[in-house]
Amino acid sequence: MEQEIFNAESYSKMELLRFTTAGSVDDGKSTLIGRLLYDSKSIFEDQMEAVKVSSERRGDENINLALVTDGLKSEREQGITIDVAYRYFSTPKRKFIIADTPGHIQYTRNMVTGASTANLAIILVDARHGVVEQTKRHSLIASLLGIPHVVICINKMDLVDFSEETFNKIKNDYKQFASKLNVKDVNFIPISALLGDNVVNESENMNWYKGTTLMYHLENVHIANDHNHIDSRFPVQTVIRPHSDEYHDYRGYAGRVAGGVFKKGDDVTILPSGFTSKIKSVEFAGKPLEEAYSPMSITMTLEDNVDVSRGDMIVRTGNMPEISQDIDAMICWMDDKNPLRLNGKYSLMHTTKSCRCVVKEIVYKMDVNNLHKLEDDKNIGLNDIGRIKIRTTQPLFFDAYNRNRITGSFILIEEGTNVTVGACMIRS
Amino acid sequence: MAYNINHLNELEAEAIYVMREVAAQFEKPAILFSGGKDSILLTHLAKKAFFPAKIPFPLVHIDTGHNFPETIEFRDYLADLLDAKLIVGSVQEAIDAGLAVEEKGANASRNVAQIPALLKAIEDHQFDALLGGARRDEEKARAKERFFSHRDEFGQWDPKNQRPELWNIFNGKKHFGEHFRIFPISNWTELDVWQYIAKENIELPKTYYSHVRPCVVRNGTILAVSEFVQPREGEEVKDMQVRFRTMGDATITGAYLSDADTMEKIIQEVASARETERGNRADDKRSETAMEDRKKEGYF
Repeated sequence: MEQEIFNAESYSKMELLRFTTAGSVDDGKSTLIGRLLYDSKSIFEDQMEAVKVSSERRGDENINLALVTDGLKSEREQGITIDVAYRYFSTPKRKFIIADTPGHIQYTRNMVTGASTANLAIILVDARHGVVEQTKRHSLIASLLGIPHVVICINKMDLVDFSEETFNKIKNDYKQFASKLNVKDVNFIPISALLGDNVVNESENMNWYKGTTLMYHLENVHIANDHNHIDSRFPVQTVIRPHSDEYHDYRGYAGRVAGGVFKKGDDVTILPSGFTSKIKSVEFAGKPLEEAYSPMSITMTLEDNVDVSRGDMIVRTGNMPEISQDIDAMICWMDDKNPLRLNGKYSLMHTTKSCRCVVKEIVYKMDVNNLHKLEDDKNIGLNDIGRIKIRTTQPLFFDAYNRNRITGSFILIEEGTNVTVGACMIRS
Repeated sequence: MAYNINHLNELEAEAIYVMREVAAQFEKPAILFSGGKDSILLTHLAKKAFFPAKIPFPLVHIDTGHNFPETIEFRDYLADLLDAKLIVGSVQEAIDAGLAVEEKGANASRNVAQIPALLKAIEDHQFDALLGGARRDEEKARAKERFFSHRDEFGQWDPKNQRPELWNIFNGKKHFGEHFRIFPISNWTELDVWQYIAKENIELPKTYYSHVRPCVVRNGTILAVSEFVQPREGEEVKDMQVRFRTMGDATITGAYLSDADTMEKIIQEVASARETERGNRADDKRSETAMEDRKKEGYF
């Protein structure tokens, strides 16, 4: 954007939107991101210079906008994106973080990683091919990972003569398929990333389209309610004890609010002990706060000197999470060495709590291309998604993932290698 | 609905969450202190994260011996102010001990020579986590860096074998001898950093503000004349009004012509800049993958 008119006042009101992009090499995903950055004037001259030089070296005819987002050496050589790359740009209204992920089935784990923190997903569909298996897979991941907003960008409209009929057919096909999914807010935008139609600037070739451009949508989609502000959850990260003369008896519980709202005077219960107390102060860096909610990092003090440590959860009395050692969850497997082991033991991290668990049951594997449940195939390997039941060594305090993405998620870690092998979402 | 925070507060909350995870998950964490604005910002965030306790991390500075004197002065002043322990690893000592080799030639720098000095400091002090001020928007090899970045027992980074990082769950489990580099401000941009510094009124070395100093222009880059940069034949020393956007070694950090002598003017300047802040760093210009190559070896 024209940063000359920038002022500190509007900057202090900017919101942060995290979005993920999924698409294959041929869908024009990198071109779309390059286009968003280029048309919003977020590419610096030295970056553009580097892209020009690379384009020439590759023998590309025009400046290849896709090269803007290429990162590591091996990817440049192969011409594919193999990991999650994060990109940043801003307009006067919002700051954007793009989790740019590869779309091929072998990179499902990268898509899941990118999707885990996103408010919004852009799914690219090639107008010539319509809804394909890959579209379904990307939508399933967006749905499983609970991304609140989805935008279906029907790209390469220039190659189908900007046809309204083609756009409507793809839109209807998608709606029919998506009725099986849990995505609340879906929008459809016809674009040409290559030419820039409806990306940042309105298309002159598609007067029949009455909706907004992609950029307008990104700037205006309502995200304030993406966090849970109902169920009060405060996982304790660490206890602050200064041991100084001035703060001799100070015990502050440091953490990031995972849900609901906390205020001074609230009746709270500490899990797992079940002790109750009242909030004495909600503060940050020594300053008292009126109230605290997700995603704020704060420090809390209590009226009573009760035993609280890392891994405990402070909740409002009367609004308890579920407490159990038996967990039913969807899992995406991320290990390229070994498949998920039935009866296998793993380390587990859930909010600030770490314990161990055993896999009691593999209920089914999901065919990520058509959402079929494969109850006869329980071999869950790299990039597979399935449903499992586990038993933990200590009780977890959780909510269903579709109610709270923070208290409803956990990871599995291979004990020998310490590698993160599973991303799990707790079922309701 | 009033339950909404702006993007700077959200970035702050994220960075503080990461720092508290580090304090909770590691035995001997430290802040890698370069003297630049990003590492100064880290100390400020750490102070807020653990208030009213002292920051639970010592500051580790790898001194190339080619620093601007202002950088060293400010480092000592800040460590004193925070009542933090300062540990200095010396590149000169690493060179003298044969661990590192001084580069030769006209454009030699001590950038690469920092690696062995850093790895030695990590071994000597048994650090298991080093907090750094790197940001993903700085350079393309950093765009894929994790918040918790695993390093093997040789301090190496393997870009093809990074742990997936999901939600805000950070897996800091490791074997003996391995360590992590931690980047709490991964998601900040240069403009975010400046806005936050202005909002919080964070003190910075004077070199970030416009000032007049003798400089030479070499290969299109303005370099400050100092003990380490002397004019070569045909180069003319001129008093120029400049400021620095990053603080690296005096031998490689280019200055910018600027009259931005207040925070407000700097922010205006950054917001309208058409070149990235590393655009003037000779170390990144060496090849298209210069940063990636250094990172694999254990660079910051």
